[in-house]
Amino acid sequence: MSSPSPRFHLPLGGYLVVLAGICWREALRFLNQRGRFLSALVRPLVWLFIFAAGFRSVLGVSIIPPYETYVLYEVYVTPGLVAMIQLFNGLQSSLSMVYDREVGAMRILLVSPYPRWFLLVSKLLAGICVSLLQVYAFLAVAWFWEVELPPIGYIAVLPALLLTGLMLGAMGLLMSSVFRQMENFASVMNFVIFPMFFASSALYPLWRVQESSLVLWWICTLNPFTYAVELIRFALYGQFEPLSALVVAGCAVVFLGASILAYDPSAGVMARRGGPENAR
Amino acid sequence: MRRQILLSTTAAAIAGLMLADALPAQAGPRAFVSNERDHTMSVVDMDTLKVIETIKTGRRPRGIIASPDGKLIYLCASDDNRVEVYDAATLKLVKTLRSGPDPELFVLHPSGNPLYIANEDDNMVTVVNVDNNELVVEIPVGVEPEGMGISPDGKYMVNTSETTNMAHVVDTATNEIIENILVDSRPRIAEFSKDGKQLWISAEVGGTVAVVDPATWKIIKKISFKIPGVTDDAIQPVGVRVTKDGSKAFVALGPANRVAVIDAKTLEVEKYLLVGQRVWQLGFTPDEKFLVTTNGNSNDVSIIDVASEKVTKSVTVGRSPWGVVVVP
Repeated sequence: MSSPSPRFHLPLGGYLVVLAGICWREALRFLNQRGRFLSALVRPLVWLFIFAAGFRSVLGVSIIPPYETYVLYEVYVTPGLVAMIQLFNGLQSSLSMVYDREVGAMRILLVSPYPRWFLLVSKLLAGICVSLLQVYAFLAVAWFWEVELPPIGYIAVLPALLLTGLMLGAMGLLMSSVFRQMENFASVMNFVIFPMFFASSALYPLWRVQESSLVLWWICTLNPFTYAVELIRFALYGQFEPLSALVVAGCAVVFLGASILAYDPSAGVMARRGGPENAR
Repeated sequence: MRRQILLSTTAAAIAGLMLADALPAQAGPRAFVSNERDHTMSVVDMDTLKVIETIKTGRRPRGIIASPDGKLIYLCASDDNRVEVYDAATLKLVKTLRSGPDPELFVLHPSGNPLYIANEDDNMVTVVNVDNNELVVEIPVGVEPEGMGISPDGKYMVNTSETTNMAHVVDTATNEIIENILVDSRPRIAEFSKDGKQLWISAEVGGTVAVVDPATWKIIKKISFKIPGVTDDAIQPVGVRVTKDGSKAFVALGPANRVAVIDAKTLEVEKYLLVGQRVWQLGFTPDEKFLVTTNGNSNDVSIIDVASEKVTKSVTVGRSPWGVVVVP
């Protein structure tokens, strides 16, 4: 594994201290950046209030699982917007990693004697917790916009959000190992977030995409973000979608494995790209 | 001895199962839906919300109602120019009744007899004795008669004529028109509130619902509808149902794919519920917990939870579902 094998025994409680420390730092950072929370909330709400309002009468045509009757476009688009919050959050966490590397905070983190994989997973979990706050705040506002989900859905979506958060966070982590400067994040927006979001089932059901373009349908079908959206969509109605769960879990494992490898000072891209180890 | 008991118990259980199989399911309320283009009637179990039976009917079935006890289903077979009567339990055709040409909608007297039938092509309302199938009288009304309502005390029958844009009030004692109420274009439905103090008339092309005071036969208010994102010409009110307690009214808005929920006291629209395409007719379950809508262009019925004012499910039935009635 990536971490140097410790000669001394690391206490189990220490793992918790590490996790709590990383989460606390992330929470502090989040609380200090009120603009970040606001923008995380405003972005999906703009989609819900403005974009979805224009499409109100367009949808409500077909019934696809998990829906049992016709739904307004606002209701259809909500799971996609929840996934969008997590996508942005996952990539914003990765942005903070790039920032940490620039200001040297990452060096402090990575000199910890605890295994690197654990540090990275802790960092991911901290990011997911932040995204959960954003998602529930969004769902609360959406409720007043007549996007009322079954009560069980608000609980059932939690494990789904953990899994999708893990996948999108791990993807961000992997990308953060590639980008050297924060300026590059703008290109991440253009080349990752938007294509992933638009070429998925977030905005339109896949059957409708298939009607207009088969190529686009294939792209959407191969996009892991589609499965994140569908996993959340089904969970919001208290249902489990095995294929989506499998794809999301599989992608999460691959992304996480790759990012742990990438952050390995001896084998990863970090060494080659002038990461903190080179700065020593 | 034990073996004998075991054998007889098993035999009894098998016999019971076979008997249960032979009888049609009678658990909860059932919705009967006429499918205009399929010439069938779908029976939907309101507990499981599944179609349990599809019955072949006469051609172009449209208006559908039940006898006051819910045991008989009356169905207008428009292209066969007759009314068909089905047993709601066995789902078998019991008899057919004369109807006059092209029957579309009808209403039973609260006592269960006679039957008032609107003849769309004939500008008549035909009154038929359901016991002996005799023609009681034919009442000339406006052009293209359709909507049929009857006051809860059975004293007044109201027919709407689509082209004349009028509701004709008929005294059921004399079978004479006593009042004509001018409403907006193409009136489709006339529906009395259960206390008889309101008469609701929907105007499909006019896009309004007129609420009339039966004491004076004057319009109290014309309700109009506005749905964000839906053009005004798509808002075409047809079916109207008022709850027994007179608190809420539901209006089907045709190609707007919405059912309007109206406060029946203030006569203000409270909200719009999204249902299937081209919603026309509505029917309450006997306990009024649910309202069933027929969605003619999406070939399904939507189920509305009346208390929470939410659409809970849509169930696919035959082609062009037209009318609906729910019996216990």
